[in-house]
Amino acid sequence: MAGHASKSIDKETLWGGKISPLSLSYGKLMMWFFLVSDALTFGGLLIAYGFSRHRFTGTWPKGEEVFHSLPFLDGHYPLMYVALMTFLLIISSVTMVLAVEAGHRMDKKGVVKWLIWTVIGGLFFVGSQAWEWGHFIHGSHDGALLSDGSVYHGANLLINEYGPQQYAAFFFFITGFHGFHVFSGVVINFIVLIGAIRGVYHKRGHYEMVEKAGLYWHFVDLVWVFVFTFFYLV
Amino acid sequence: MERDDIIEYSLDAHHSEEEGKSIRKKIYFVTILLSVITAVEVITGVIAAGWEGWKWELVKWFFIILTLFKAGYIVMVFMHLKDERKTAKWFILAPYIVFIIYLLILVLTEGNYNNDMLHLFK
Repeated sequence: MAGHASKSIDKETLWGGKISPLSLSYGKLMMWFFLVSDALTFGGLLIAYGFSRHRFTGTWPKGEEVFHSLPFLDGHYPLMYVALMTFLLIISSVTMVLAVEAGHRMDKKGVVKWLIWTVIGGLFFVGSQAWEWGHFIHGSHDGALLSDGSVYHGANLLINEYGPQQYAAFFFFITGFHGFHVFSGVVINFIVLIGAIRGVYHKRGHYEMVEKAGLYWHFVDLVWVFVFTFFYLV
Repeated sequence: MERDDIIEYSLDAHHSEEEGKSIRKKIYFVTILLSVITAVEVITGVIAAGWEGWKWELVKWFFIILTLFKAGYIVMVFMHLKDERKTAKWFILAPYIVFIIYLLILVLTEGNYNNDMLHLFK
C-alpha cells in the first residue's frame, strides 16, 4: 500500500519532531492502543478459561460433543453451525477490507456498498450467536442424570449438563462479551455508513474513518478465531 | 480551519485503480486461505472426535498453529499492520506478545498444579 508509512525517511527527520515517527495519525494510533488493551482483556479471559480447563482435566467437555445442532434440523452435525458462523464473520471482515480499499480509491459508491454488506453480515452473526446460546441453554435430548434421579437438560449459570459449572460460566461470559463487541461493531459500522452516504469523508478528502472502524471490526473477527479454537476445537 | 500541526497521513494513502486491482487480488487470496483453513480445522475436529492420548495432543497443537497462522494473516493483511512503519508494528505487537506469553505460562502452570492437588486430596 502506498502512503506515508512506506516512504523512506531518514531517522533524523523522522524522530526530529514535527511529524509522527510512526507515520500514524492520532486517531489510528489511539485505535491501536485501544485494540491492544482490549486484546489483553480477551487474552485474560481466555487464559482464565485455560486455567479452569487444566484444573478440570478429564471432566472438561469437548466442543464437538456439546455443539452439534443446526437450526430447523434434527440430527447430529458436530461443529457445523459454528463453522458457518466463523465463515460468516470472515466474509464480513473481507467486505470491510474491500470498503477500506474502495476508500483509498475515493470510490464513495464502493465504500457504501461494502459497508452495507458488512453491517448485514454482523447482524447475521449476532443472530446466529443468539441461536447458539438457545441451543446451549436448552441442552441435549439425553440431558444429565442428577443425584436425586431427575434428568436435567441444558446449561445456565447454576447448573450445566455437559460438565463443570465453570464451562457454562465461561461460555456465557466470553461469547457474550464477544457478541457485545460484534453488536457495538455493527453500530459503529452503521454510523460510519451514514457518514459515507452523506459524503462526510469524501469532503474531508480521505476515508480514514472507514479504516479505523475497520480495524475494530477485524479485531472482532480476530478474537472470534481464538474463541472458535479454544471453545469449540481444542 | 487550516492547522499546520495536524498531518493527515491518510491523504497520502490513496492508490490508483491498477494498484487497487492487485490489492483486491491479495484480499481474495487471503479470504480463500482463511476459509480453507477453517474448513480443514472443522473436518479435523469431526474426524478426531474421540481420539485420546498423544494423538489428540498432536491434533490440539495442529489447531493452535493453524489459529496463529490465521491470526497472523488477519492482523498483517486485513488490519494492514504489515504496511505500517516497522517501529509502529513492534510498538503494537511486542508488549502484547511478552505479556500474554508470561501470563499464559504462569496461569496454566497454576491450573495444572491445582489439578494435581485435586487428585491428591480425593
